[in-house]
Amino acid sequence: MGTKKETVIRTKELTKKFGDFIAVDKISFEVHKGEIFGFLGANGAGKTTAMRMLCGLSRPTSGEAEVAGIDVYHNPEDIKKNIGYMSQKFSLYEDLTVLENIKFYAGIYGLTDKQIKDKSEELITKLDLQSQANTLVSLLPLGWRQKLAFSVAIVHQPKIVFLDEPTGGVDPSTRKQFWDMIYDASERGITIFVTTHYLDEAEYCDRICIMVDGKIKALDTPYQLKQNFKVDNITEVFYQLARTAKRGDD
Amino acid sequence: MKQFLSFISKEFSHVFRDRKTLLMLFGVPVVQIVLFGFALTNEIKNSNIVIVDNAKDLASQQIITKLASTTYFKISRELMNASQIDAAFKSGDIKLAIVFPANFYTDLLHTNKAQIQIIADASDPNTATTLTNYVNGIIADYQSQMNATIDVPEQINLDVRMLYNPDLKGAPNFVPGVIAMVMLLICVMMTSISIVREKELGTMEVLLVSPFKPLYVILAKAVPYLVLSLINLTVILLLSYFALGLPIKGSLLLLYAVSTLYIITSLALGLLVSTGAKSQYGAMTLSLVGMMLPTMMLSGYIFPIENMPLVLRILSNVVPAKWFYIIVKDVMLKGLGFSYIWKETLILFGMTVFFLTLSLRNFKTRLE
Amino acid sequence: MSAAITLDHITKTYNKGATMAVDDISFAVEKGELFGLIGPDGAGKTTIFRLLTTLLLPDKGTGTVVGNDIVKDYHKIRGIVGYMPGRFSLYQDLTVEENLKFFATVFGTTIEENYDQIKDIYGMLEPFKNRRAGKLSGGMKQKLALCCALIHKPEVLFLDEPTTGVDVVSRKEFWEMLKRLKAQGITIMVSTSYMDEATLCDRIALMIEGKILSMDTPANVIKAYPEKLYAIKSSNMHGLLKDVRANEDILTCYAAGEYIHLSLKHEGKESEAQLLNFLQERGDTDLIFKETIPTVEDCFIRLLGNKDGNKEGNRN
Repeated sequence: MGTKKETVIRTKELTKKFGDFIAVDKISFEVHKGEIFGFLGANGAGKTTAMRMLCGLSRPTSGEAEVAGIDVYHNPEDIKKNIGYMSQKFSLYEDLTVLENIKFYAGIYGLTDKQIKDKSEELITKLDLQSQANTLVSLLPLGWRQKLAFSVAIVHQPKIVFLDEPTGGVDPSTRKQFWDMIYDASERGITIFVTTHYLDEAEYCDRICIMVDGKIKALDTPYQLKQNFKVDNITEVFYQLARTAKRGDD
Repeated sequence: MKQFLSFISKEFSHVFRDRKTLLMLFGVPVVQIVLFGFALTNEIKNSNIVIVDNAKDLASQQIITKLASTTYFKISRELMNASQIDAAFKSGDIKLAIVFPANFYTDLLHTNKAQIQIIADASDPNTATTLTNYVNGIIADYQSQMNATIDVPEQINLDVRMLYNPDLKGAPNFVPGVIAMVMLLICVMMTSISIVREKELGTMEVLLVSPFKPLYVILAKAVPYLVLSLINLTVILLLSYFALGLPIKGSLLLLYAVSTLYIITSLALGLLVSTGAKSQYGAMTLSLVGMMLPTMMLSGYIFPIENMPLVLRILSNVVPAKWFYIIVKDVMLKGLGFSYIWKETLILFGMTVFFLTLSLRNFKTRLE
Repeated sequence: MSAAITLDHITKTYNKGATMAVDDISFAVEKGELFGLIGPDGAGKTTIFRLLTTLLLPDKGTGTVVGNDIVKDYHKIRGIVGYMPGRFSLYQDLTVEENLKFFATVFGTTIEENYDQIKDIYGMLEPFKNRRAGKLSGGMKQKLALCCALIHKPEVLFLDEPTTGVDVVSRKEFWEMLKRLKAQGITIMVSTSYMDEATLCDRIALMIEGKILSMDTPANVIKAYPEKLYAIKSSNMHGLLKDVRANEDILTCYAAGEYIHLSLKHEGKESEAQLLNFLQERGDTDLIFKETIPTVEDCFIRLLGNKDGNKEGNRN
């Protein structure tokens, strides 16, 4: 990461309060174009809230944030055009077929009919789903579903894609394939903002950020973090930081 | 037994901690009754009525004077025959007609009995009832004045005829309708949702794996809603008595007994819904579309069953609310005793047994 | 030692046979053992739990829990097992204490009577006993759920994915609790999709699509890994992975933490040197290359590869 790259996410003292409860407490960071940015934290550390603010779904209480060059206060709707989003819990319509899902998402992001057709074919070929194009998504194995969901989330070539625990419950082999797709996307210049509970996956990120009690407690490359904490894996780093947590879940 | 009680107390905790739902359960019937009560107690003034005085004697004159001294009526006195009265109603000129028979006072003196015929335009049931009640009150007042001075009480019978809408669809009938709906709402919807919620939470699996008998799980779910329904019934009855001035003419005990039977039917239906639904949302849809809609349409509470096509009339027989509605109307409004409603009660009882058996059989002690 | 749980050729399908959930599975769990079912979602783990807790009937085969038949003696089984279903979330609107009290009563006991059984775990929750379960953190919820499953001193404990969605710190704590319970002699059957948790079990069964791929102690499962496994890293991991894949001698390769794990078609110094040469020619710098001990995850991926004719590992 030697050369200075374009910044696509920039936050400064970004804060979100729910009443007296400070869910996100003055977080400041920058994410560069094409970077794989891991966002880690224990349950309730404020990851989801921070992610929602960046996606334009939740209005910050104070601080600044710019996503894809757009201010989250003034144009949250414009942000949505520039990002993709995928979570473990919700991603695809299970009662629609593979093809219908692709068409639907491509459609809401305003792709033309021609583009939709080309994209659908491209995706299905790439995912090796030719024989299952007209299968209901609910009948696909979870791993396939998640891979499809990711492809759909970046179907409109967003600048940034937010992945909220994308690989939960997926078998290890498919998880690896999933990460291959993430690398691919990153090489095409899509910035990846990802949360995960699998700490080995944190090692695959260019940089990781660990949140504890709403604050950023560590932000660096996996290598540097391990050096700083004098341990040989990210899990240990995480333990050391998360142990200091005082508050529970939201 | 201790397990069972603990289960019930837990169910009550759920009910009382979900303030919004609780508010809705008690709020909806109260709002409905109060709104209706408000519409009812709007005083009616200067209504056009016609008095056909075939008697022209002392008693009829006294009553007419009494009627005229109020602000309720604008009285015209004409001698009309039946068809003329009918025409006057049809043209909308009059809301009510009072007919004194010839020899009214003589009858009253000699036989201690006389009759006055009251004909009302019941196409507007509220007004018709209110006006009839006014006349009723005034004549009752007259009677008590008369009887204060003589030894043998005299009795004036009122022969009330409601034109166009003999069953008076409206005001008083609204209350039994609300009762039927609210019981169904609580029992079917709330019961099924609360059971399905346990499935969603995964707690049902644990309960099934416990030594606690599945049948008791069901019973424990049912008890709080039975109690809630009875409380709600009481609230509705109190409101309808105090706000609408609607007395319960029949036996209160009978009313509660029959309501309990209907509640059990509804609980069984709720259980049946819960066995078919996979999510709380599904349970709600199934209860609303599958239970509430037919009840509203086919119980006779909104649309008179007599006017329906044959198919719907036949179909209405399988709606438990229809029978409950008839029973409540008979007991509450007409003051009839069990000997008059045993048929409907028996049908309802049969349905209860049927649905209860069906739902208990469908409730599995295992998953799937 | 006698078996606490046995499964004998158990098969279970859904949708009238259309979906195979558990495919002719047989195994036994000894008394006092901590047995892990390891596999992704849809592997059939939950179905096995439901069969053993008598919530489902098998299509074929028989099973026992502490000598009781899972079909005939279901009532007996329901009295002696503790069960924590997947996505079990307690009553959110009841407090910690109310939840526990309720489950205690349902199982015909009281908190006081069995306090010693749960005091280790409940001790951590007691300061929050008047808090509603819905307001607890993920880790605390798991602890409460475990207390609820333990309150009647079960002989066998079934825990279906107890650590899914729980952060690493809470997961670690949870496994420490399981170890203490095991020390008390309770047989525990636990499932997880986190491969790193597998090594904490006495024995594991690696499952996928209703079948058991391998069943043994974690050490033996690892020992059975057929090839030499290497770990490699460089200054540019994305590029390295692509380059490694391009090499013809690669059998499997995938990212594993900070390294890339790979195995070679031809083992030996020569092949290793050839690979390093190949990579250096392609411009990979700061290479660290070493032999490594496989993890359970490596074994799982290897077994998956076997199953699918070895195409999974190399698919791009």
